[in-house]
Amino acid sequence: MSRTRTPVVAGWFTEDSTDEDFRLLGTRCSGCRTVFFPREDRFCRNPGCSGGELAEVPLSKRGTVWSFTDGRYRPPPPYVSDPDVPWEPCTLIAVELAAERMVVLGQAAPGVGVADLEVGTRVEAVPGVLLGAPGSGGPRTTWNWRPVPAPRPAAPEGGTA
Amino acid sequence: MTGDVAVLGAGMHQWGKWGRSFVEYGRVAAKAALADAGLDWRDIGSVVGAETVRGGYPGYVAGSTFAQALGWQGARVTSVYAACASGAQAVNAARAQILAGLADVVLVVGADAAPKGFFAPAGGERPDDPDWLRFRVLGATNPVYFGLYARRRMALYGDTAEDFALVKVKNAAAGALNPLARYRAPVTAEQVAASAVVADPLRLLDICATSDGAAALVLSSMDFAGRHGAADPVRIRAVSTVTPAFPREVLDLPDIATDSAVAVEPAPETFRASIARAAYEEAGLGPQDLSLAEVYDLSTALELEWYEDIGLCAPGEGAKLVREGVTALGGRVPVNPSGGLASFGEAVPAQAIAQVCELTWQLRGTAGERQVPGARAGITANQGLFGHGSAVIAVR
Repeated sequence: MSRTRTPVVAGWFTEDSTDEDFRLLGTRCSGCRTVFFPREDRFCRNPGCSGGELAEVPLSKRGTVWSFTDGRYRPPPPYVSDPDVPWEPCTLIAVELAAERMVVLGQAAPGVGVADLEVGTRVEAVPGVLLGAPGSGGPRTTWNWRPVPAPRPAAPEGGTA
Repeated sequence: MTGDVAVLGAGMHQWGKWGRSFVEYGRVAAKAALADAGLDWRDIGSVVGAETVRGGYPGYVAGSTFAQALGWQGARVTSVYAACASGAQAVNAARAQILAGLADVVLVVGADAAPKGFFAPAGGERPDDPDWLRFRVLGATNPVYFGLYARRRMALYGDTAEDFALVKVKNAAAGALNPLARYRAPVTAEQVAASAVVADPLRLLDICATSDGAAALVLSSMDFAGRHGAADPVRIRAVSTVTPAFPREVLDLPDIATDSAVAVEPAPETFRASIARAAYEEAGLGPQDLSLAEVYDLSTALELEWYEDIGLCAPGEGAKLVREGVTALGGRVPVNPSGGLASFGEAVPAQAIAQVCELTWQLRGTAGERQVPGARAGITANQGLFGHGSAVIAVR
């Protein structure tokens, strides 16, 4: 029914996920608990770790903006984009994940510009399609960072969720 | 001081876009450094080349390529690649050979013919290369990282785009006095503000260009310098070539994520600060002793960060220094009196060597209109892709 959607890199995020269950996939060392993204499947890079098994682990879905910027000019290859289509600036967000104590860079969801962001803004990882990349062999899926919708007005004290 | 090596000669090819091979540029710089040292190429016992992986043929063989261009004469040969830190690593290799007694006098050369526009990784499908991946997956060019650092400074410290522009104005004013610089026109804050945004909040004039260029040094043992009639040469007292420490908390080129800090508490100092500290410790001096500094102003905002990392001020106070003119020519500690990368552009294997050339001329008192009066000590600082960091301290 649907065309095959190929991840831009296999194994970095859940495939065929909805917005709600989409997660980045890293690995965690069983020896020291260090988390790696992009996934490190060969060896733990903590110099004080005597070694452990590296097992796949989903990263926190939500984090806060460490910093952000945009690319106003078309990036060179190997970024894939159609030279006949005018370049649309692409927003990039570096996100701090509290549980993993790390910062992960990613493209923002379509329509999110630098004016929509501040350092500290809450964002979440959602499935996306690589911007600017018609490419060959169909769309390439990726991850996007998207601001978490503002919470609904707080329920009255003692209210239920 | 037994750890010192002498700088007998310094030379460059003027930077710009000249459309020639990096070999030609390197040969010109080498000849200029040899002439400055008063030595013949055949007097040189060892040649160290900082490598380019872009220019020329095939580009991975810099030391021997320059030796061939100067005429094979049987010298010891070394080639060094460490991205933007290649030049400092070449100086380090030369110094180590001199201090180990393997060579009395060494020629160090770095040259490149850079492509126009963004730097990009080597070609082919290479998904095991983090530099390839950041372009393929994110389109994250170098200015994207500079933009992230700049925006973070604005959020943490209240820096403004106007503060960043002041760095360009300052460096362009110095570069206008340097005949070896590519850009020699003064720049106003209005011109910076009117240039196109490349990576918010940074504009075209906040980011250094790619250039062709070359720089070379002749280094020797202190004994050789004395025998050669250089009784009081500029001396290299320290070369720092440190890596980051795990876990590295700042997102650095070319990585998509930082290390996780769940297992190990991060060191209190940043990687960039550790680069300078290693050099200060080796030299036995500190930021209070500096007459000048040459730092990697890949972007204007990044230069402010270096002020803090080399200890000219506390974290967050970089913008105050440029506002008060402390780091301008005539200020207490001029930074990038050469004009910096803002005026030269990036020629990767050459620029860390070019920084040491500027220290040499300043410490000799021969820097002409851009001379820092009475300069006695200077530091260079830079950072190269994949976790290379380097700083050089020279004294008189």
